[in-house]
Amino acid sequence: MKPLLKVENLSIRLPKGADREFAITNVNYELMPGEILCVVGESGSGKSMTANAIMGLLPKAIQVETGAITFDGYDLVSLEEHRARKIRGNRISMIFQEPMTALNPLMRVADQIGEVFLIHTELSKKQRHERTLSLLKDVGLPDPEKMMSAYPHQLSGGQRQRVMIAMALALEPSILIADEPTTALDVTTQAQILKLIKELQEKHNTAVMFITHDFGVVAEIADRVVVMEKGQMVELGEREAVLNNPQHSYTKKLISAVPPLVAPERPLLAESAPVLTVNQLCKTYSTGGGWFSKPRIVKAADDVSFELHRGETLGLVGESGSGKSTVSRCVVRLLESDSGEILLGDDPIQALDAKALAPFRKRIQMVFQDPFASLNPRKTIGQIIADGPIAQGMPVAQAMQKAAELLALVELPATALDRYPHEFSGGQRQRVGIARALAHDPEILVADEAISALDVSVQAQILDLIEQLKQRLNLAVLFVVHDLRVAAQVCDRVIVMQKGRIVEAGVTKQVFEQPRHDYTKSLIASIPGADWRSGKTTGHAKTLEKAYA
Amino acid sequence: MNVIRALTQNKVAMFGFAVLLLLSLIAIFGPMLYDGSPWKMVQRPFIPPFANDRFLLGTDTLGRDVLAGLIYGARISLLVGLVSTVIALLIGIPLGAYAGYFGGWVDEILMRFTEVFQTVPSFALAVVLVAIFEPSVYSITGAIAIVSWPPVARLVRGEFLALRNQEYVLAAKLNGQSHRNIILKEILPNSLSPIIVLASLMVATAILLESSLSFLGLGDPEIMSWGYMIGAAKTVIRQAWWLSFIPGVAIAVTVLALNLLGEGLNEALNPKLSGKREH
Repeated sequence: MKPLLKVENLSIRLPKGADREFAITNVNYELMPGEILCVVGESGSGKSMTANAIMGLLPKAIQVETGAITFDGYDLVSLEEHRARKIRGNRISMIFQEPMTALNPLMRVADQIGEVFLIHTELSKKQRHERTLSLLKDVGLPDPEKMMSAYPHQLSGGQRQRVMIAMALALEPSILIADEPTTALDVTTQAQILKLIKELQEKHNTAVMFITHDFGVVAEIADRVVVMEKGQMVELGEREAVLNNPQHSYTKKLISAVPPLVAPERPLLAESAPVLTVNQLCKTYSTGGGWFSKPRIVKAADDVSFELHRGETLGLVGESGSGKSTVSRCVVRLLESDSGEILLGDDPIQALDAKALAPFRKRIQMVFQDPFASLNPRKTIGQIIADGPIAQGMPVAQAMQKAAELLALVELPATALDRYPHEFSGGQRQRVGIARALAHDPEILVADEAISALDVSVQAQILDLIEQLKQRLNLAVLFVVHDLRVAAQVCDRVIVMQKGRIVEAGVTKQVFEQPRHDYTKSLIASIPGADWRSGKTTGHAKTLEKAYA
Repeated sequence: MNVIRALTQNKVAMFGFAVLLLLSLIAIFGPMLYDGSPWKMVQRPFIPPFANDRFLLGTDTLGRDVLAGLIYGARISLLVGLVSTVIALLIGIPLGAYAGYFGGWVDEILMRFTEVFQTVPSFALAVVLVAIFEPSVYSITGAIAIVSWPPVARLVRGEFLALRNQEYVLAAKLNGQSHRNIILKEILPNSLSPIIVLASLMVATAILLESSLSFLGLGDPEIMSWGYMIGAAKTVIRQAWWLSFIPGVAIAVTVLALNLLGEGLNEALNPKLSGKREH
């Protein structure tokens, strides 16, 4: 079969002062008609670069150095811009990660899609309307007639991504480039979108280049896989071969960092008094509402009760909007809850004012999600860690001494003390965040999506660190997480939340193997690549699990 | 350090900086080096510029040395511009910080108070204030400060609103740090760059305001200023246009230099917001 698109010896130079000379070096691959090619890599691996070069979306400062991208007999790199643009618009289309920013918020759905026909075809207004409607039906939007006149903000994330796909497929392109199209979506929505892309691809025989960081997604939809590392193409092969028998050491490392979807047997903890008890916690948000309209009321936490014991990791899982972050923030008293009881040991802290709360603050500490926003850019690492103890009355010299010890504890060099956050990588910053939380010698550590902004290999390291610290310091960990693979690996018990309510709670292994609630079942079924490395497949997956353990 | 490097590479901003440096040197050392009083009648009136070797820029309607007036005027213009801006910042930053940080009713009250000042035409208010307190350097500086702090408060409030829910601020709260510490050490240092840019532009506005007040005869009668020179020459603008033109150019150059520097600071401090994109 003749390849549809051929990338040959492509190198793209980065501007001076970047962390490496080339964004990608000597990349070679082909896209066959009707296949799904997944380009995988961690952040900074240059996985999106080739796609951007194909679409002519490279920033001005970044130029193709050598190589060619051949499509339909033309080299898209050297072709004049206006001709290349014509080919791209008609034959190659692209969908992006963030569906909200990719749609014009002031245009109705029908007009956005109709615009594609208006620019590229000679269709009449009526024909455009019909084609748009049939596209919306194609991508499985509910009530397509009504959707035609909806604005983007009236749609959910998944619906917006469907509209984007409809736009991308409007001209029946031969190639669809999808750049992390499901990363911003919840797991159940992601599963639907992946299914849709696969269906449409089969129906129209479109070739899809799918860029992702998630090996689960690769296992779900890929035919062939390209693995990128720091601008180099390290592996190219069939899905089964790459996933189950990776050749390159980097691929092996990446795959072994993906937590297998099997909850390991965990020893039962000895009975002890809970360090944290939450009883019937409620928190309602009301937005909008004026003289003439009723406010919109969202119950972010509705009758939430649980207990947390020393030495235990309790997972709080759910999709966005399930209220899991709200609960974690109420528990550390960053948010005021409406009613209910929060007991730290035997002391109720739910109703304490700022002054009375101060001595309890150090017993419960938090690690935040975004390693780039959680450290003050104008303070040194030492100051960031020592600030807490100093605020609690520790002498400065002693606090700095303690900061140095904590850095050693989270495995950072002592020289980090006098440096600023921007000099560190995401994983290192997250270690600083953990050290800051531990500076108070807390009993409870609340990790609010503490690893979800990190690359998978770094994730594994941070999870490992948290587990070690938990055992060494006998901490109780409340782990807020949306990634069920991670939850399966690290949690002793999990609580599943949906729309502010707890729908299921129990020992991790039990919840994963015999979920009782329908929502839990659908969550688990939606995990991309659920069959891969789940213990249900080949013996090879088992050896990988051992490697992970 | 990156900021300084970015600024030094910006030729336009460096031009503005050089002009300001020169003006500051003139303002500080000029009166000591240049022999001559701006008030003393030294020659016959209406000598045009470059006609007399002793008085390079000529003399005004009363025979006073124009160059001496310019040199002494630079001192008052820059001084009033700087001091009034500092005062405006001292009023605006705390108000905006409190409003943005605490939100709720604190915010409501402080912002309504700010709006009272914003709804009154600022120049008219300045004129009234100077007239009530009698024209002097102090009343002029004070009046300019009082009419120019509201934008500072608005800006700082906005910055604080945006930053107060950043995770590092939440972490500081969890650490048990006091509100004062969080405001001064966590949020304020991170909102300084837009404040610096605004301040540089405020100095320019203050210089304009001072000139306008002096032009209307509300300047300090003891002190020679550029605005006063234009005001005194306005009746003879048809016979001796240069008497209005020369101090006018001085004002324009100063304000332009400040704006160029402000723009350069903006680009250096907020590279993402300044409109200069990579692609």
